[in-house]
Amino acid sequence: MATVAREKFDNIIEIKNVTKVFDGITAVDNVSLSVRRGEFVTLLGPSGCGKTTLLRMIAGFEMPTSGTILLEKQDVTTMPPHLRPINTVFQKYALFPHLNVFKNIAFGLKLKKIPTGEVDKKGRPIFRKFTKDEIAEKVERVLKLVNLEAYGYRDITGLSGGQQQRIAIARAIVCEPKVLLLDEPLGALDLKMRKEMQSELAAMHKNIGITFIYVTHDQEEALTMSDKVVVMTDGAVQQYGTPKKIYDEPANAFVADFIGESNILSGVMKKDFLVEFCGTQFKCLDKGFEKDEKVDLVVRPEDIAISAKSGALAGEVVSTVFKGTYYEMEIVAGDYQFTVQNTVEYVAGSKVWLTIEPDGIHIMKKLKTVNELDGEVTSENTVEICGGEFEFENTQNFERGDEVRVCVPFDKVELTDDEEDGVIGANVTQTLYKGSYYQVQVYTDDDNDFLIDTVDEWDIGDRVGIKINPKDMVVTRKQTTIDGETVTDGETVTDGEIDSIGEEGETDE
Amino acid sequence: MSKNVKNGLIWAFVGVMLAVMYIPILILIIYSFTGAKAMGVWSGFSFELYADLFTNESIMNAFKNSLVLALVSSLLSTVLGTTAAVGIFYMRKWKKSAANFIANITMENAEIVTGVTFMMFFLALRLPYGWVTLIIAHTMITTPYVILSVTPKLAQLTPNLYEAGLDLGASPVRSMLTVIVPQLIPGMISGFVMAFALSLDDFIVSKFVNGSVETIPVYLYNALAKRGADPTLRALSSILFVAVLAVLIALNVISAKRRNRNIVK
Repeated sequence: MATVAREKFDNIIEIKNVTKVFDGITAVDNVSLSVRRGEFVTLLGPSGCGKTTLLRMIAGFEMPTSGTILLEKQDVTTMPPHLRPINTVFQKYALFPHLNVFKNIAFGLKLKKIPTGEVDKKGRPIFRKFTKDEIAEKVERVLKLVNLEAYGYRDITGLSGGQQQRIAIARAIVCEPKVLLLDEPLGALDLKMRKEMQSELAAMHKNIGITFIYVTHDQEEALTMSDKVVVMTDGAVQQYGTPKKIYDEPANAFVADFIGESNILSGVMKKDFLVEFCGTQFKCLDKGFEKDEKVDLVVRPEDIAISAKSGALAGEVVSTVFKGTYYEMEIVAGDYQFTVQNTVEYVAGSKVWLTIEPDGIHIMKKLKTVNELDGEVTSENTVEICGGEFEFENTQNFERGDEVRVCVPFDKVELTDDEEDGVIGANVTQTLYKGSYYQVQVYTDDDNDFLIDTVDEWDIGDRVGIKINPKDMVVTRKQTTIDGETVTDGETVTDGEIDSIGEEGETDE
Repeated sequence: MSKNVKNGLIWAFVGVMLAVMYIPILILIIYSFTGAKAMGVWSGFSFELYADLFTNESIMNAFKNSLVLALVSSLLSTVLGTTAAVGIFYMRKWKKSAANFIANITMENAEIVTGVTFMMFFLALRLPYGWVTLIIAHTMITTPYVILSVTPKLAQLTPNLYEAGLDLGASPVRSMLTVIVPQLIPGMISGFVMAFALSLDDFIVSKFVNGSVETIPVYLYNALAKRGADPTLRALSSILFVAVLAVLIALNVISAKRRNRNIVK
């Protein structure tokens, strides 16, 4: 095999269009992803984003509803977990309490069959098991690797969380897996221990050269440890790239908000390299948008310069907090409240000027600009969407049974405290502060999502009702393509060193 | 009412209850150590009744039958109950509650109904009453208790344990036997002991399906019905009571000890 080809295209894991549906709820939605041999890849996202489900499908504990998973070009989608050369470090370690440390680590080795190098009469390779001495030697070596040399005959139950963690890692890597999966392995440890284990894990990854796929919801952990980060939400990949790329050039507002502190604003592209927000035009480094296209933009708190004398935006300091090496200030300028980090303190109440350099502004395409849903006309002035009947103004003389597309602007959807007050109920899954308003994402019971711009603050997990004023419902006849599929709006694709990306799209079928 | 009076009343109530429950048994035990024919006559302390008991062939036979039946049926119900508990534990939502409900029916049902049901069931199957029917019936009525004592152990399992076994290369069966079962053994033992005691003790269901096989409770009943209160029955009842009590106390002591050990940890 040509080594050149190996280096360039050697994807150890390839996930192709994998979807997983549990009881009608889509946990992983058409994800495609490939992982190169030897890489440290982190799946990052809030809880419930599908990252653990994706990991469990790689391990073999869950079968994808559709799609394929390849391991070294071989289809392993339906291969049971005990036959996969993949090992897992579980969130709560899952050590065997009836076995001591040595026997826990030796568990996998005792079951492993290795080729002897000889073949039988029919030409099939002969396998053998590890001898007792080989097992003992391997266990000793891996215990040394995790710095627990003298612990072989200890009981599992007497060990501290950090020690159990190391045993769990040792138990997995002693089997020399092709891929090591780690499911929030540091979640149960205290902060200090977690920091220590982070650097140890990163070092271990370098030493043993096994591909790591790591799941976490801690963005700092993801950025510091990994070669590549996969940011996920709602079962879909939002962005896949190096930590630096994801921090500097988030693909969309969700990624920007999830990774690090950021100011996320809505703006308008006036022309290439010129964006308007807060009523002021700023130079930027982005181009290729349409004239007057609405965009999201992110400005990191450390990229905003403050001056008492002059600048682009006039503002007033609302509050200031000392954060050790810098001050974090909340500054109101125009309609927006910026979070700004600076080594110089401006006390609350002071009038200041803000300046943002072109490279401090990162422009992102708006994911969606309007809520678009499929519905069916149920009477002269009602249409059914998401399992509820909404009133609308039937100006185009739709008839009962007509399939239609309903568009509702973000700021025209009304959320109600009491589910009963709305036409349908939904759960709040995400809220994003956009300077002067919140962008709230809710999921309806039939797995559709709405984005709502509102000045009210809602908590994630809140149960709410959805109401829409009939005159704000834009109802159009559904367009279909030749093969009968509904036309949906384009997905965002980021450029650069991306192996592949999951698609954003509703599963209508 | 002052606190003292209140406490006094509570204790008096408990005392009366316990007395009503245990004094007859106590009297029975005391009178098992005298040879008199009639109950309530003390003709001097002796082990005569016990000696008679152990030389009475039909009693010894019934005793042996009871032990064999209890052993076989509780072994079967331990295996059955443990697998059922594992299966039910990993079920979802309504299936789980449905399975639990069905599993508990024999426990909540009136025993006489269970007995009649088994009788008719075996009749319909044309299965002759005897050892086979007894073993089936006893296994069925004791299995729910094994499920009940194994399920809490399953709930205490560290998450992903079974999957960790699979992950390290054990087949599903092997992972179950070498990883999960060792964690369930305490629950299986207490389930076994409970099943054993219940089987030993069971009269109503046994009476319907025993055929010619006499267990101790059935023998006791038949003997009473045929010959009136045979004095050796006093000794037999005493032994039965003490044996079951001993098992229950042992069970409690063991689980209390385990609890303490866990607390220390």
